[in-house]
Amino acid sequence: MAEPQMREVAFRGGGFVLSPRRGAAAVFFALLLALWELAIRAGWISPLFLPAPSAVTTALWELALAGTLGLHVGQSLARIAAGWSIGTIAGLGVGFAMGIWSMSRAIGVPAVSALFPIPKIALLPLLILWLGIGEPSKIATIALGVFFPTAIAAYSGIDGVPRNLIRMGQSFNLPWLAILRKIVLPGALPGILAGFRITASIALILLVAAEMIGAQYGIGAFILSAGNLMQTDQLLAGVVLLSVLGLAIGTVLSRLERWLLGWR
Amino acid sequence: MELVVEKIGHRYGELVALEGIDLAVREDEILALIGPSGCGKSTLLGIMGGILRPSAGRILVKGAPPADSLNPFTYIFQDFALLPWRSVEGNVALPLEHHGLGAAELRRRVADVLARTGLAEFRTAYPKQLSGGMRQRVGIARALAVNPAILLMDEPLSALDAQTRELLMEDFLALWLRARTTAVYVTHNLAEALRLADRVAVLSRRPGRLRDIVAIDIPQADRATPAAQAQLAGLHDRLWGLIKAEAQIAEREVIAAGASYG
Ligand SMILES: Nc1ncnc2c1ncn2[C@@H]1O[C@H](COP(=O)(O)OP(=O)(O)O)[C@@H](O)[C@H]1O
Ligand SMILES: [Mg+2]
Repeated sequence: MAEPQMREVAFRGGGFVLSPRRGAAAVFFALLLALWELAIRAGWISPLFLPAPSAVTTALWELALAGTLGLHVGQSLARIAAGWSIGTIAGLGVGFAMGIWSMSRAIGVPAVSALFPIPKIALLPLLILWLGIGEPSKIATIALGVFFPTAIAAYSGIDGVPRNLIRMGQSFNLPWLAILRKIVLPGALPGILAGFRITASIALILLVAAEMIGAQYGIGAFILSAGNLMQTDQLLAGVVLLSVLGLAIGTVLSRLERWLLGWR
Repeated sequence: MELVVEKIGHRYGELVALEGIDLAVREDEILALIGPSGCGKSTLLGIMGGILRPSAGRILVKGAPPADSLNPFTYIFQDFALLPWRSVEGNVALPLEHHGLGAAELRRRVADVLARTGLAEFRTAYPKQLSGGMRQRVGIARALAVNPAILLMDEPLSALDAQTRELLMEDFLALWLRARTTAVYVTHNLAEALRLADRVAVLSRRPGRLRDIVAIDIPQADRATPAAQAQLAGLHDRLWGLIKAEAQIAEREVIAAGASYG
């Protein structure tokens, strides 16, 4: 009888696994910028419609030399810091109440559902009417936009805290406040920090919109005036500033997550 | 301290989980509570320690807990219930922190109980870095740290694999033989009950009633001897006879609800 033929078992387990590719993003963006620059230098695209990266860089540089860059960014940062902090503190307060007490939950959920979907920018004229055209109405717009997602993130974060951990705390006679501080708060923190990512970008969007009405300085005001004067290089410079600001906030949040959620 | 269960009944809506349970946990004994899953063991244990309000009946204690007991009724949970954001040390310290012991005394107590449970070198590890067996050791250490008068253990080994279960059971027994804390040990595992318990209370299901209490008159330390093994085998058959039919029904049932307080 002949030896049975030997064959290797074919490998079928490839794909669907993601591995890090360091530097790939940098190369991609460098190529994209080079192509963009080339398209304008070669005359394929008019610089009025789309200024070259070099022109945008020059515009930023001139802005920095003139000293107005600091003013614009400083004003915007101050507004976003004030608006975001107020909205976050209020949102955490209400969110925690909704997470802990049945009564606040019963009232809060329909209230939040009704008010959350309203684009806060639609309320800006009303806020200006109430608070004047100055800083308070701008800060209030940002705070309102931040408030609702924060409240939702906080109460769903608390819902996500395993009940058995709370029971454990009770079984060891931990005081109510200790259960809140040592079990509920840290347990809800991942959800709350995820909410911060969302509210940071909402704050940025509302900031620009609010600064387009009655502001002398601020990135939004700068972009608006550049747009009105068809200075597209300056307009894009403002957009780059926004993107950098968003990136910076994202980096700070990542640091915060790594620091506070290292246990995960 | 003795714990007396008096005419305890409990219902979840329409479902009668427990009915007319009368039972006394004697000082310094391990009372095993066995019965098929869903018969109300966790419910009864929750009621015994005061974290679940019974629909009927009451729980009484005879005698005062020792003065140095920080938490007389102390649970050890099936799912460990460790805080993932705290280290081993931090988890064991948790139930001590609100007693105003002072930093040095607190540290001393934690170090002492970690040494007793063989966890000293894992002090700074986080729960996710530990095996299941190690996690439950932390749960046991946390419970012992408060000097409990009565340990209430809800299937503490059920989440572990067979070998780990064996090792942990021996370690727990060694700890228990030194301190002899009164304990109620809920399990559906006959072998655990026969190894650890002084008496075994058997629950029936739907509604959960006390069917029988079987005493095991062999000291825990002597149960490995061949003579004891033979006697235990007889007890095993008797207990199995009590729960077999109901375990069969329980196994074929569609689960309607989760754990009662875990
Ligand atoms: N919170 C609850 N709500 C409704 N039913 C429950 C609840 N907890 C437990 N039960 C039901 O009560 C019965 C007893 O549950 P339990 O005490 O967890 O049993 P065991 O611990 O013996 O498995 C089961 O049928 C279970 O489905
Ligand atoms: Mg159970």
